[in-house]
Amino acid sequence: MQWFLDASTTGHKFALMGFAILLFAAVMGALLFAVDRPRRVPNWVVAAGFLGPTLLLLLVGLVYPALATVRGSFYGRDGSEFVGLDNYATVFTEDNFQTVLLNTALWVVLVPLVTTGLGLVYAYLVDRTRFESLAKALVFLPMAISMVGASVIWKFVYEYRPDQPGVRQIGLLNQLLVLVGIEPQQFLLNAPSNTFYLIVVMIWIQAGFAMTVLSAAIKAIPDDVIEAARLDGVSGLQMFRYVTVPSIRPALVVVLTTVAIVTLKVFDVVRTMTGGQFGTSVVANEFYVQAFRQFNFGLGAALAVLLFVLVIPIVVYNVRQLRLAEEIR
Amino acid sequence: MTTTTPVIAPAPPEERKLGRAERRAVAAKTKLSSPAASAIALLIAVLWTVPTLGLFVTSFRPELDIRRSGWWTALSDPQFTVDNYNEVLYGGGTNFATLFVNSLVITLPAVVIPITLALLAAYAFAWIDFPGRNILFVAVFALQVVPIQVTLIPLLSIYVDTGLAGSFWTIWLSHSIFALPLAVFLLHNFMKEIPASLVEAARMDGAGHVKIFFQVLLPLLTPAIAAFGVFQFLWVWNDLLVALTFAGGAPDVVPLTVRVAELAGTRGSDWYLLAAGAFVSIVLPLAVFLGLQRYFVRGLLAGSVKG
Amino acid sequence: MNMRARGRRSTALAGGLGVALVLAGCGASETSSGGGGGGTAEGSDLTIDCAPYEEFGDLQGETVSIYTSIVDPEDQPHIDSYVPFEECTGIDVQYEGSREFEAQLVVRVQSGNAPDIAFIPQPGLLATLVGTGAVVPAPAQVEANVDEFWDESWKAYGTVEGEFYAAPLGANAKSFVWYSPSAFEEAGYEIPQTWDEMIALSDQIAATGAKPWCAGINSGDATGWPATDWLEDVVLRSAGPEVYDQWVNHEIPFNDPRIVEALDTVGGILKNPDYVNGGLGEVQSIASTEFGDAGLPILDGSCWMHRQASFYQANWPEGTEVSEDGDVFAFPLPPIGADGAAPVLGGGEFTAAFNDRPATQALQTYLSSADWANVKAQVSGPGWVSANTGLDIENLTSPVDRLAAEQFQDPDAVFRFDGSDLMPGEIGAGALWTELTNWIANDKPTQQVLTDVENAWPAS
Repeated sequence: MQWFLDASTTGHKFALMGFAILLFAAVMGALLFAVDRPRRVPNWVVAAGFLGPTLLLLLVGLVYPALATVRGSFYGRDGSEFVGLDNYATVFTEDNFQTVLLNTALWVVLVPLVTTGLGLVYAYLVDRTRFESLAKALVFLPMAISMVGASVIWKFVYEYRPDQPGVRQIGLLNQLLVLVGIEPQQFLLNAPSNTFYLIVVMIWIQAGFAMTVLSAAIKAIPDDVIEAARLDGVSGLQMFRYVTVPSIRPALVVVLTTVAIVTLKVFDVVRTMTGGQFGTSVVANEFYVQAFRQFNFGLGAALAVLLFVLVIPIVVYNVRQLRLAEEIR
Repeated sequence: MTTTTPVIAPAPPEERKLGRAERRAVAAKTKLSSPAASAIALLIAVLWTVPTLGLFVTSFRPELDIRRSGWWTALSDPQFTVDNYNEVLYGGGTNFATLFVNSLVITLPAVVIPITLALLAAYAFAWIDFPGRNILFVAVFALQVVPIQVTLIPLLSIYVDTGLAGSFWTIWLSHSIFALPLAVFLLHNFMKEIPASLVEAARMDGAGHVKIFFQVLLPLLTPAIAAFGVFQFLWVWNDLLVALTFAGGAPDVVPLTVRVAELAGTRGSDWYLLAAGAFVSIVLPLAVFLGLQRYFVRGLLAGSVKG
Repeated sequence: MNMRARGRRSTALAGGLGVALVLAGCGASETSSGGGGGGTAEGSDLTIDCAPYEEFGDLQGETVSIYTSIVDPEDQPHIDSYVPFEECTGIDVQYEGSREFEAQLVVRVQSGNAPDIAFIPQPGLLATLVGTGAVVPAPAQVEANVDEFWDESWKAYGTVEGEFYAAPLGANAKSFVWYSPSAFEEAGYEIPQTWDEMIALSDQIAATGAKPWCAGINSGDATGWPATDWLEDVVLRSAGPEVYDQWVNHEIPFNDPRIVEALDTVGGILKNPDYVNGGLGEVQSIASTEFGDAGLPILDGSCWMHRQASFYQANWPEGTEVSEDGDVFAFPLPPIGADGAAPVLGGGEFTAAFNDRPATQALQTYLSSADWANVKAQVSGPGWVSANTGLDIENLTSPVDRLAAEQFQDPDAVFRFDGSDLMPGEIGAGALWTELTNWIANDKPTQQVLTDVENAWPAS
């Protein structure tokens, strides 16, 4: 038993890893074999074989904690005293939380739209050019960088030093301002514009994802569609507007949805760059602060539940897309 | 799919002789011959690269220079050192090679397991007709929004109760769980794109679901799987929160990111080391990305639609 | 209890003292940016009396885990300081440091995965953890050590509702003003002995067109804490220790007139455009300057004084000479009014245990002993000190640490713990940080800042 839990040498670790993957393969293989064997089994049995392990993991790992959170949101600081809707009242009435809600709204609207827009334009522009793979690698690069790395990178962009003799700028942006004769700015300090500078970081990180998925979708547009349009004399911007964009609509929905949800959950960027100070906090960050720094689990849970609620419009939109797709099929 | 060529528009004769790739190339040429278009593409590329370039230059600068002047000054007055890398790699108590191995051992199963599970689940949602399918799919999709932070205490409690805490198993399981909703959602989208005729044809031949999944769908989805695999690899490799919580207390398990996050020192006084630290942790993901890049360039869906 | 699924690192540690100290030596030589000759001990003389640990029985092969917020490079001296204890008892001490310590400790304790021992940097957090029932009271041996070696104010900070839980460990002295002795000498400035002298000196420097003070309160998600130290230091001086205690315990309102006066006194420096922010910008720039970088303008002469704790010595770049007549040094923040020694504001960690296994208690006992403090002093570079009166000041390598230790051991000096660490989390690690940041960044009026903190104080 100990062998399976404690691995301290490199060989042992890799052996354990191999064992884990083999074990997983064996379990899944046996499961699929079992549901596939009988000649005529009802569909739901087969579906259970395909879906079962996933649903089990999700129930334990996400559904149960989510329900516990919903419950916790109606309780006090340490979860012992029932307080009804008090936590929600706090969230919606206190000034600090008003700012948090407004910021979250800004993030969840701006990040997906700008990210998807930029990713789309860029993917379209570099599509099938000679530099395509280099060009894509450059925009993809931020995806390979951890949040800690990204926040260091942007520190060197936004960093402020006063415009005094003998003091040199460390931040690139302020250096550019000084070069054109403008006073250096406190980019991360001045609300409300500081939220936008943080949003830029998130867009920078996520654009690679949008670009990659959308580029793939663009390449999947059948040749004859493009050919037909070309023969009709469509070109340039019109081609983009009337052929490319409608053809990749499903991919656009996927990207917008994914980025929106990732953005709702984002807290690393805010936390590492401003710590949520200076009026930049968002719901996900505030949850972390309340639950783990201020030991106010009830209030933290209420904020998390707010996140669940905020995602409902996105879910509804996707369900409608799903319906549409079903009908077409 | 239609194969009708519009009759009306008289195509220029020379274009008819061009192959498909060449025609696309011509199209591309027209696009990029517009100076505005190339300018926009170039601008985006530069904006996306310069911050990282700055970090790269910074990572080789001496401490005092990093603290006192911008990285661009190193371009006119080059003062470079590998001290930061020495400090990052050999300065701490933990052997860096061990951390690297840990990261790798964590990452591989945390990519393979959720993708396999998600593929099977996505297949069920896309091609098996069973009652409650759509509601279940929406539910799985909606679980994407559960923030990892709310799961930490409940999950860790379960791991402690089962005696798994502090082993690789908890990290593999946790990453798999957190990846599943998005993986099912994305792979389901790719899965749906596959022409129903292919699946129907296989069904006519008497193939069961398992056979269809492995023999018809999997080969077609290879590029999409590789692409999603790269994303999952990057997310797991760069993860800090999961590793901190579930690998905690077990020096044999903690990955690279945990060490990099500690580099700045107890009170943040050594932040100048972060540039070098960030680059050390980027090396492998970057290599993976470059190695698998052809899948991205060919397109996630290229295989499926072309059959 | 459940089987522990921890990796065993005994092989690495069994290598013993030699290996560990070689590691420590090279770590120190590369990271002792404070200069001042980061000498580490030679190792051979690091032996302790094993007798106090024999009463815990045979502990051979036991493991004790420690979880802390102290990370690289300060962690290695900690690990090294356990070696004599490990040799005495055969216990394997597993050390884990994390910058996410505070949030992660809560997660672990709530999940039933608590470490054996945690070094807790705030009495407020200690009280919260005790409230969850997870912390066990300190054994008699530890209490005896603390009674012998520590001032009773320190013991009180490790006590929750009359029960003694946690012995103090390391300490830091916060009431210091960093300056450049060489620059002072060149300009003919004297170290001020009273607050008035300090203001007079500031005016004198400002009259030359220079900015006398530099400050920075940015610290990621803890932005604002250096400003709380300023406020506490002044309250302790202008209103006195009794009022300070009442204020911290919320027995007087947070916006009591004496506190308003104290914050205005701080504002006389931090919000005085003639005084700040040397080499860093306008008053506002204090809010965005990393606290770790805020004193550095002293080195190039664009700033003259920087109030920060003794641990700031680690922030001076490599090659800076930290000594009484070197590039930089510190003087105690002078008292307000004429009488007596300057009060000392400080912080420190406390060792809380989450179980009462003999091995855990043996380690607790070691950590509260004078032996440990002296071993730790010998394996540490500059930047570590303890309020343990059994600590031989000669063992400390840095002159600033010696200065701090002298303050801690001076029976006449009034010591008070950093108040923001004693207040409830949503004040001391929340509203107070945010409001003082607003006070500087947005020029929010003093009265309103303190009233808003008062309103945020949790009811109960």
